[in-house]
Amino acid sequence: MSLIKQTGGFVRRDRDQQPDAYTPAYKTSVKRSPTAALLSFPTTLSEETSPVFGQGLIGELDNDLIVNFAQPGETAIGPRIIVHGRVLDEMGRSVPGALLEFWQANAGGRYRHKKEAYQAALDPNFGGCGRTITGEDGSYEFRTIQPGPYPWPNGPNDWRPAHIHFSVFGHGFAQRLITQMYFEGDPLIPLCPIVGVLKSQEALDALVAPLDMQRTVPMDSRAYKFDIVLRGRRQTYFENRKEGL
Amino acid sequence: MVQKTEYLKESPSQTAGPYVHIGCMPNFTGIEMYGGDLGTSMKTGPVQGEEITIKGTVFDGMGAPMRDAMIEIWQPDAAGLFPSANEVRGKADPNFTGWGRSPGDMKTGEYTFETVKPGAVPMPDGRMQAPHITVWIVARGINIGLQTRAYFEDESAANAADPILARIEHQARVSTLLARKEGAGIYRFDIHIQGPIETIFFDI
Ligand SMILES: [Fe+3]
Repeated sequence: MSLIKQTGGFVRRDRDQQPDAYTPAYKTSVKRSPTAALLSFPTTLSEETSPVFGQGLIGELDNDLIVNFAQPGETAIGPRIIVHGRVLDEMGRSVPGALLEFWQANAGGRYRHKKEAYQAALDPNFGGCGRTITGEDGSYEFRTIQPGPYPWPNGPNDWRPAHIHFSVFGHGFAQRLITQMYFEGDPLIPLCPIVGVLKSQEALDALVAPLDMQRTVPMDSRAYKFDIVLRGRRQTYFENRKEGL
Repeated sequence: MVQKTEYLKESPSQTAGPYVHIGCMPNFTGIEMYGGDLGTSMKTGPVQGEEITIKGTVFDGMGAPMRDAMIEIWQPDAAGLFPSANEVRGKADPNFTGWGRSPGDMKTGEYTFETVKPGAVPMPDGRMQAPHITVWIVARGINIGLQTRAYFEDESAANAADPILARIEHQARVSTLLARKEGAGIYRFDIHIQGPIETIFFDI
């Protein structure tokens, strides 16, 4: 009997699908973007391995932003939503055991942060962060409040469309990704310079979650579906013979 | 016409923004969650090998410290084994996580990791790489996380034989990847996003 493990390297990152570092309409990128060419190299073990986060890490309320910061018996203010989807790789395989961390502004567009300058009110029952780990089929789900849009200092009058930030750990450090989820139909999406760093309509579409009426809970929550795709590995197989054979 | 290859495309990256700590290190920002922040300690007990501190600052193109950056590192243990499900060469030090996350000091931006000096790891073709730590930086204004590596100034023989360092066209820039020894067990690895000593970033 032998075990089969996937040991192939990661397919190179498709930089056409990714934003450039230097994107002057998003002003902060100007002095925070490398100017020299990146050093390209096929992945090695340093990028093909990744820390392991077990289901034991996750507390019962970690994926429920409506209550995970609320006083007992209280809930956060705002439209209740479910965000769900799958984490896949470029080959279409599901990525189980992926750690997802998410953070967002409250229903008024305000972050719980010392440096936040927007005057919308804080919600005492909303912290704005949560986390979960994908199941065997790569699926995940969490409950939250639909965040509000907020203004930010870039152009004279720039507003971020409503969004949820995601940080994702897959199975290799090469897959490490931080991105943002937007909401179908938000009129601020095409106006935003941060959305504007995306190079194609296809790239933008990949970050806009559709309303998913199948998963709404009647008289309770609406639902949005957001799939995430991580870099894929070449399939090469490794035979790991049972000890003693 | 030919058949189509049915691959998906990687989700596009977007900046971590100014509030990445809310999501990744909420306790650091005063949001008490999860019983503590992930990645603050890389040791869960007595560890094998040489214990070291690695610290540094991320500087923007004006030379200002990037106080809102979040830095992550990933590395093997002292024997060169990764504490990962994908490690098939042996069992890594059970008291070492290999992964750290630092928000940087609120005033100076300096990040710090208490870790161990990593062992060497081979390339896929078997040639040995010099000991190194994988470094990943996100912040406001960074559209896609910047990946680089910290090698060690005091590993000159291994560095000279490293296949990746050898491939760098402008050899004068190799020094931007070297962590400098500041004292016994203390290394400094500053990261410069731009400028005359711009760090080499990897597409790997
Ligand atoms: Fe945001």
